[in-house]
Amino acid sequence: MRRGPGACGCSAEVLSYVLKRLLVALPTLLLVAASVFFLMRLIPGDPATVVLGDAATPEAVADLRIAFGLDRPVLVQFALWIERALGGDLGRSITSGEAVGPLILQRFQVTAAIVFASVGLAVLIAVPLGMLAAWKQNSWGDVAAVAAATFLLSIPSFWLGLIFLLVFGLWLGWVPVVGYVTFAEDFWGALHYIALPVATLALIETGVLIRMARASTVEVLRLDYIAHARAKGVPEWRVLARHAFPNAFAPTLTLIGLIMGSLLGGIAVIETVFTLPGLGRLLVEAIFARDYPVIQGVMLLIAVIYVVVNLVVDLLYPVFDPRVAAG
Amino acid sequence: MRLRPNLLIGGTLLGFVFAVAAAALVWTPHDPVRTNLRRRLVPPSQNYWLGTDEFGRDVASRLMEGAVTSLSVAASTVVVALVLGMAIGLAGGFLRGWTDRILGAVNDTLLAFPGILLALGLLAVLGPSRWGIVLALGLAYAPSVARVVRGSVLSIREREFVEASRALGNSEGYTLLRHVLPHTAAPVTVLATSLFGWVILSESALSFLGLGVPPPAATWGNMLASARPFMDQAPLLSIAPGAMIATCLLGVNLLGDALRDLLDPRDGA
Repeated sequence: MRRGPGACGCSAEVLSYVLKRLLVALPTLLLVAASVFFLMRLIPGDPATVVLGDAATPEAVADLRIAFGLDRPVLVQFALWIERALGGDLGRSITSGEAVGPLILQRFQVTAAIVFASVGLAVLIAVPLGMLAAWKQNSWGDVAAVAAATFLLSIPSFWLGLIFLLVFGLWLGWVPVVGYVTFAEDFWGALHYIALPVATLALIETGVLIRMARASTVEVLRLDYIAHARAKGVPEWRVLARHAFPNAFAPTLTLIGLIMGSLLGGIAVIETVFTLPGLGRLLVEAIFARDYPVIQGVMLLIAVIYVVVNLVVDLLYPVFDPRVAAG
Repeated sequence: MRLRPNLLIGGTLLGFVFAVAAAALVWTPHDPVRTNLRRRLVPPSQNYWLGTDEFGRDVASRLMEGAVTSLSVAASTVVVALVLGMAIGLAGGFLRGWTDRILGAVNDTLLAFPGILLALGLLAVLGPSRWGIVLALGLAYAPSVARVVRGSVLSIREREFVEASRALGNSEGYTLLRHVLPHTAAPVTVLATSLFGWVILSESALSFLGLGVPPPAATWGNMLASARPFMDQAPLLSIAPGAMIATCLLGVNLLGDALRDLLDPRDGA
């Protein structure tokens, strides 16, 4: 076992970096929860009136306000909401009376399957392609890769989805056009239903990721230590595999985190195109129905996931680029 | 100067979309909102270039009107996001101290939401309308502008010419507007271009969901939404509006790349 002289000091730096990031994430999470809570308070109209309808008697409204805790100071309401949310209780849907927590988790499975599969697929395709394009910068292949990527990222996901449905669903009849079965019910059936949404999203993300992977690899390949390694006679494959690609992957990792977040935020359109019962669809239906406990729950879950994904990305960053924790 | 295909192609594509919108302001082949139930889902012909939709409205005319809607909504949204974001970013970056800390905390919180999610939440409050969209998307994207502006203000305020302006006895406000603000122009221009693309995409997505510009006004997004049930009878209804969005976005993205190359002194990577 060979240990460098700096190994110990380095791990202390990494530890303090990790702690610092964790400490920053906590207030962010609290502020995110607060903004979701207070945003919903801005909705015009009293929630009790929304539930009971316009014809409700003032007494009934007053009773429900007490039941909802709406008569208490708003900060107390917020504290109670946080306390319950931490215990997994996000209230009940105004329209269906279902508990919001389990409802969201059930819908989240569909969304998570699509998001993870498409991001995974896109990373596998785009990162090697982008790095290769950077290595052969300004070659014919590089120009083609960049052009294709720019073209892909300019296509709206819901439009590409509609065209895929038209071609593979209606004209070729390869996949069902509407409906969904869960993976637990029928694994192969479920694959059929999520194949097109996953392909749609993966293609578009591939466009974004190729450009990012290429740009960061180009930056790294310009650095002195690469020239130094080459001058030392290190074989080209080793220069790339050992010195260039890991460092170039770090900025791409940040982008992967951002993509996951914006996908979760914008997933509603894809779920609408493919009529999938996911989180995005739930959010849009809740907005139409003014079902504010559901809106709150979905927004909170997506925002919390987004913060956590970005935190994980930041924590992984020093693995690929040790300069981050050291600086 | 070397030939810039990005600038040329991007400019042409975006120019085409703007020309379509400009033409629609004075003339469309048919009234874009006039329904004619006897002429539903008519295939393309000399009279109806792209056919008619499920209410017998002329698709070509609606696409043209959609260009006006999308471009005007996007332009207003970018202005809202820029004004708000620049005000926050300038204040935070220039005044620093507690102002910066509080503004920064609010800004970071808003950035912790994916932009489109924040816009959805705001639309739940504002309700779907043209101005609701502008306000929701403007507020959702302002924090990104604020971050970029604050960053460049922090570096600019340390430069000698800002010191010199203070030494001459100019007020802080004058120094900020006259000497600091102009130097944020380059990064803000690059950002505004991307922002324009994001807003076009977000607006059409929200309109597609039925949360955007309400019908009967035509937008590319709500045209796509209503085309879905008639996909097999009239595929052109689903293809044409998306092609317009894609043309617009490709134009914006290519132009954005070209601008970045021009304004960013570092050799374009």
